[in-house]
Amino acid sequence: MNKQTWLNEKYPQQEERSQRFSTISDMEIEPVYTPDDINGSNLEGIGYPGEYPYTRGVYPSMYRGRYWTMRQFAGFGTPEDTNKRFKLLLSEGQTGLSTAFDMPVLMGYDADHPRSLGEVGREGVSVSTIKDMERLFQDIPLDKVSTSMTVNCTASILLAMYVAVADKQGIPRNQISGTIQNDMLKEYIAQKEWICPPEPAVRIVTDMIEFCAKEVPRWHAVSISGYHIREAGSTAVQELAFTLADGIGYVQAGIERGLDVDEFAPRLSFFFDIHNDFFEEIAKLRAARRMWATIMKERFGAKNPRSMLLRTHCQTAGVSLTAQQPVNNVVRVAIQALAGVLGGTQSLHTNSMDETLALPTEESVTVALRTQQIIAEESGVTNFVDPLGGSWAIEALTDRMEKEAFAYIDRIDELGGIIRAINIGFPQKEIADAAYRYQQQLDAREKMIVGVNSHAVEEERPMEILKIDPEVERSQIAQVTQAKQERDKAAAEEQLGRVHAAARNGQNLMPVLIDAVKAHCTVGEISDVYREVFGVYQDPAWL
Amino acid sequence: MSEEKILRILVAKAGLDGHDRGAKIIARALRDAGFEVIYTGLHQTPEMIAEAAVQEDVDAVGLSILSGAHMTLFPAILDALKERGADDVAVFGGGIVPEDDMSGLTKVGVKKVFTPGASTQEIVDWIWANVEPRSSL
Repeated sequence: MNKQTWLNEKYPQQEERSQRFSTISDMEIEPVYTPDDINGSNLEGIGYPGEYPYTRGVYPSMYRGRYWTMRQFAGFGTPEDTNKRFKLLLSEGQTGLSTAFDMPVLMGYDADHPRSLGEVGREGVSVSTIKDMERLFQDIPLDKVSTSMTVNCTASILLAMYVAVADKQGIPRNQISGTIQNDMLKEYIAQKEWICPPEPAVRIVTDMIEFCAKEVPRWHAVSISGYHIREAGSTAVQELAFTLADGIGYVQAGIERGLDVDEFAPRLSFFFDIHNDFFEEIAKLRAARRMWATIMKERFGAKNPRSMLLRTHCQTAGVSLTAQQPVNNVVRVAIQALAGVLGGTQSLHTNSMDETLALPTEESVTVALRTQQIIAEESGVTNFVDPLGGSWAIEALTDRMEKEAFAYIDRIDELGGIIRAINIGFPQKEIADAAYRYQQQLDAREKMIVGVNSHAVEEERPMEILKIDPEVERSQIAQVTQAKQERDKAAAEEQLGRVHAAARNGQNLMPVLIDAVKAHCTVGEISDVYREVFGVYQDPAWL
Repeated sequence: MSEEKILRILVAKAGLDGHDRGAKIIARALRDAGFEVIYTGLHQTPEMIAEAAVQEDVDAVGLSILSGAHMTLFPAILDALKERGADDVAVFGGGIVPEDDMSGLTKVGVKKVFTPGASTQEIVDWIWANVEPRSSL
């Protein structure tokens, strides 16, 4: 019997429960997959773990060597509040820190700016000056932990502060390690927190790539992020395609700066979303690795195998969590986390059950971390390397996602590259269309969300949620006011002048920024220099 | 469609965050449902939103807030509308708003706050039932 005969004769003997079977991204699924579906058993493209093209994992031993880094994103209130949460997470067995900053930091305003009103310390920790940064990392040995910082248009300033704090603690720059998100291209595509237009933004990112390659070799200067693209409503294929297209944009910029590709590419890292559709997500990570390896080798001529490795952080899908019956979110997160692990992630954040309601409580964060520990230590899946490799369904899905994502990348190349594509709104429009289609499918109950359009109940138990004390805003305003009063005013002004000059004349901004933050220049003041020199990007507000 | 009335709705995104997925979906859904829709784009201040509401002569403002600043921004927008003599514009919204904050928002004059998971039809139905065209001046 072959597949076609089986499909024609055997399969129709029983009725299907649905007219159409498709993934959450609306990719249609066949009743069965066979060796015929994977390009005549294309074993070369599947390969071995730790071998080009890395479909099966970036390391040979994967979780038999060591588990992924369990890295819970945390940040709220004052630097002291977040410092306390960091210490709790470290004492609970977390192995890396991940910092969430508040909206004023993410948009380049100090706590005392009128636009910050009501937003200080709400969605992340409030930082305006190096003093805040020192309080944030108080008693945490910066040479012993790796720190991730989720910040983009002001990433250069926050990295400067982190390096400055390490300098002040006497820790050599080559001893600190971590990641800064710093992926500006996806800001215009999806997350939409920006100061200046794409061209100068990419120049600042390239300054940071160059600076880190030379001075802070254990730092990942960009985390090329699909997470926000997906959360904004893209399909899995769009997430894959636009993320790698952004990656191509940064590599191109580094090469145009005169850097050797193998000098900086090994430090590029990635960040993907792990949504509900289990097999689709596993296939996405496998396709991502193979695509990146191919792009680096064939498009950019990388020689160092480490330049070809797509190492990634993953986070379970915030957008998949429901406000209804929130305890169910624990189960969603567990399934998503398992997909991330079977997909071969290097690091993982598991969301907390209460995150559609507010920032998570200590109890719910602990359950989320325990979910990872149960997968690692109890489920047994970590004894295998890429256990789903060779599954006809998974390999077929991996091939298909790769093909469709490359078609998008070709389209972006035809448009003249990712910045041009962004400027005409191409990825933005594709994502908005996909998001709208999915909403229509939910409204028509073609796609289901338990507790929302399926199995909904009237009464819900109120949950204990984390509240941010309004006092946080007052105390952070007082802190920044005081820091401005106490500093050497002339020195701060001189440093801001140097930042201004470097921004204009194109010299690398990082060394100047480190001096400026040491002179207590603030996030808002330096961002104002960017606004003045580079201009402010306006939301094109496409519908 | 049986409804005779023509309603103009401003879909507004206040605050510093860039979460515009919901705002854009609502704007499209309202447009598809037959309303006249204006979308402000991101990062609007309360004054910018009130100004747009007056200039565009809308009947209602639908506000999307996911930054946690709803207790500051909703009242500020209501005040800004009042200052412009437009306090008859119906203000509704959605986003991440905890249960405890709902009654506070209703008290200051927000007509309705939709919680995550509301269907677009629910919002459309609510607008037809609760928003009237403002009497032209």
